[in-house]
Amino acid sequence: MSHVTQAPLGRPPVALAPTQTVRLNINGQAHTLQIAPWTTLLDALREYLDLTGTKKGCDHGQCGACTVLVDGKRINSCLSLAVMHEDSHIQTIEGLGTEDKLSPLQQAFIDHDAFQCGYCTPGQICSAQGLLNEGKAKTEAQVRELMSGNVCRCGAYSNILSAVMEVLNNEGLLIEDNAWSAGAANQDMPPVEPPKK
Amino acid sequence: MSHHTTDYIGKPTNRVDGPAKVAGTAKYAAEFNVPNLLYGYVVSSPIAKGKITKIDAAPVLALPGVHQVFSHENVPSLAWLDRSYKDDVAPGGSPFRPLHDAEIKFSLQPVALVVADTFELARYAASILHIEYEEVAHETELAKHLDEAYEPGRGKTGYKPPKSRGNFGKGWKEGVAHMEAQYSHHAQHHNPMEMFASTVEWLGDKNLNIYDKTQGAFNSQQYVMKIFGLSKDQARVISKYTGGGFGSGLRPQYQLFLAVLASLELQRSVRVSLTREQMFSFGHRPETLQHVALATAADGSLTGINHVAVAETSQFEDFTENVVGWSGTLYDCQNVELGYRLSKLDVFSPLDMRAPGAASGSIALEIAMDEMAYAAGLDPLEFRIRNYSDFDQAQNLPYSSKALRKCYAEGAAKFGWEKRTAEPGSMKDGNLLVGWGMGGGIWDASKMPATVKASLDADGHLTVSSGTNDIGTGTYTIMTQIAAQSMGLPLEAVTFVLGDTTLPQSPLQGGSWTAASVGNSVVEACSKLGEALLKQAQQMDHPAFKDAKIEDVEFANGQLRLRADDTQAVVLRDLVQASGEPKIEAENSTVLAKLEMLKPPKYSMHAHNAVFVEVKVDPELMTVHVTRVVNAVAAGRILNPKTARSQVLGSVVWGISSALMEESVMDHRFGRYMNHNYAEYHVPVNADIHDIDVVFVSEEDDKVNPLGVKGLGEVGLLGVAAAVANAIYHATGKRVRDLPVTIDKLL
Repeated sequence: MSHVTQAPLGRPPVALAPTQTVRLNINGQAHTLQIAPWTTLLDALREYLDLTGTKKGCDHGQCGACTVLVDGKRINSCLSLAVMHEDSHIQTIEGLGTEDKLSPLQQAFIDHDAFQCGYCTPGQICSAQGLLNEGKAKTEAQVRELMSGNVCRCGAYSNILSAVMEVLNNEGLLIEDNAWSAGAANQDMPPVEPPKK
Repeated sequence: MSHHTTDYIGKPTNRVDGPAKVAGTAKYAAEFNVPNLLYGYVVSSPIAKGKITKIDAAPVLALPGVHQVFSHENVPSLAWLDRSYKDDVAPGGSPFRPLHDAEIKFSLQPVALVVADTFELARYAASILHIEYEEVAHETELAKHLDEAYEPGRGKTGYKPPKSRGNFGKGWKEGVAHMEAQYSHHAQHHNPMEMFASTVEWLGDKNLNIYDKTQGAFNSQQYVMKIFGLSKDQARVISKYTGGGFGSGLRPQYQLFLAVLASLELQRSVRVSLTREQMFSFGHRPETLQHVALATAADGSLTGINHVAVAETSQFEDFTENVVGWSGTLYDCQNVELGYRLSKLDVFSPLDMRAPGAASGSIALEIAMDEMAYAAGLDPLEFRIRNYSDFDQAQNLPYSSKALRKCYAEGAAKFGWEKRTAEPGSMKDGNLLVGWGMGGGIWDASKMPATVKASLDADGHLTVSSGTNDIGTGTYTIMTQIAAQSMGLPLEAVTFVLGDTTLPQSPLQGGSWTAASVGNSVVEACSKLGEALLKQAQQMDHPAFKDAKIEDVEFANGQLRLRADDTQAVVLRDLVQASGEPKIEAENSTVLAKLEMLKPPKYSMHAHNAVFVEVKVDPELMTVHVTRVVNAVAAGRILNPKTARSQVLGSVVWGISSALMEESVMDHRFGRYMNHNYAEYHVPVNADIHDIDVVFVSEEDDKVNPLGVKGLGEVGLLGVAAAVANAIYHATGKRVRDLPVTIDKLL
């Protein structure tokens, strides 16, 4: 038998950090929050602004569900404090499109059934939008690689690839016509879901 | 019937919940930001066994904004009997009661809940809560406790103790070729993307709206009603969207108990979300050790099958699953000896995880079948065909339908299996070793009683409702399709509502039974609605319908009309308006479905699959890439090939994960799963997944249920992991029987 002590503090807890005013520009709208400085951007969105489209899947920067665009670049909002982004333009899934006016990526995700439970989906779409903004991905292999920061436990990867490839294709961003083979079982077979021109 | 424009069943309809999911407006359990919400943060035990000797909550309670620290020391008197804590799928034994007493039964056991004004404060306060423990030695290593393994009793609902038949010893002796081997896999955790959370909205006077992450709202409701003495009206559970389940949401998780407790005690709205680490603190697929021995006659027919499994369970419950039973069904053999035992460890009770039992059992059986094929000098596909079962010997029943032969034929053709050369290491792509392997499986086609209400309003909009769930399976979509087709309405005129205990009762979502259970009930409810609408037409003195019977009419183009003369029609919304009521509605009866469950089955009802896998292995680094998969599935009628394909794609990803990556690594010194995060608990990412082809073979079945559906949530996973392991053997000549097949096992 041994004695285990949890949280061994030899002193009383430190004083709590006071809240402070934090101004954020989200989806083109200015917001003013009174929050503790240790509030993550993710929690600021979800718990203080009711922008719950951005998801918490691990809170450790390991799953990508919390991906948002900060000045056009994709970041894990769980690894960033809200207070660090007072001068940034933050774009969340709610800013990419609405149910009535979906963005091309959002529509492609529906058409290709690129999700099941839908929980990783906003992060996947924000990540894909970041990938489009970066302009680096030109082939299927590159898209797979550059979309690998977003875990999908339902396993919708093939369809996520198809959706992103369609948008890349429609925007003329692919390196070559035959960069597409999603869903094909071998090289002789046509793709299951060819891109829509 | 001429339902040209509304023939939705079998069409690849986009998900009706798609726009809400891609726009981020679909709300999950932790996303209902009700007013005056408090946040609860769970403190987890650092030890696996022992007891709490001291909790010093005073410094935490002194923090401004902290409302309460709940622990076993201050939990009010709650339900006393074990049965009050048993949920719909609780295994035999004594369910874990959160904050019940000082005893620690497993690592990461919830020992306290700190409730504060903000999430940040609750998290901080939880981190400084001072707790002392007396630790005693724990036992978490299954291999050390095989001698204590015992045969479980009846176990949980749905568990069938395996039945042996014939004489395996005799069959073994009769065989001319033999194989015998041990297989194992480690514990796995479901890890749905959404972490478990409950938001409990306090509405006054113990009336609660409980937004819960669950696969069964009614299961959660019953659980909290019994424990906290609440009425149905007081405990309304809502679960419109569930961010993945895979079985983890079958049982109410402890955050539900804690959030309801805190809400009732503080008379406030409370949210409790678990952390990813805490997602490793409850049910999991149990570590299982298996032994398989097979023997064949000279013609390759199986003369004996022996399959024994030993799995872990907790000290307090007997978690049982059907691991070995499938080995007595899938192939034709007179002599089958099956065994299933449990061993108690200091862990939380295991829990159904996608294709529970079958996923584990098929790993052993389907690798063994590959080994036997090699020992008998037969192609693995040919070997399976020679042992095809045309009659369920385990249940002594004919199959309601079985198109597994088509799965073999169409899957093999699409994959190009005939080009395979048998010799391990004989196929190459440049310097890469190429391996082709296969496997397959079988899963129950079940149907449970489910209640559905169909309601047509004065605008002609049809709302169909049932308290079922959609964990990503496509329930919203397929039920909308079925209802729209049944009533001859466009999809836009139909809304399917689910995930709320104020709706008609439905079973929890699991076992691949939702499509059959709720789907057939949607048809029944719509049919009753049709009768009510015809009655209304007759009350309106519409001459054409005066003597019409229900079989004389049809529903099309938003009208009720005569089959014999479709110019004789009345618009549905006019019927409602004429009724003077806001809506006309009907509910199906579950009496017949319940009676059906009591009767012995007349048929063996199962879905099947055959899966073909290509791996490419670097001969120096032994890195494995699954480059191609063809999964051919026979699951009766496919209601929506788009969402159905997605389910099977996901299953293949799960199978690859199980074969190559996924394991909860227990450090036995601490009795704790050490890789409790998404960085160290490996699951595939996009770059790991290559070409996957899903084939649905045609399989008509008028016996399994009126719609002829068998369910798809589990079957696609079966045999995938084994097929990957078999392909690795074919590529490298290395037979790995301990999954996952990580590089160290190949070097």
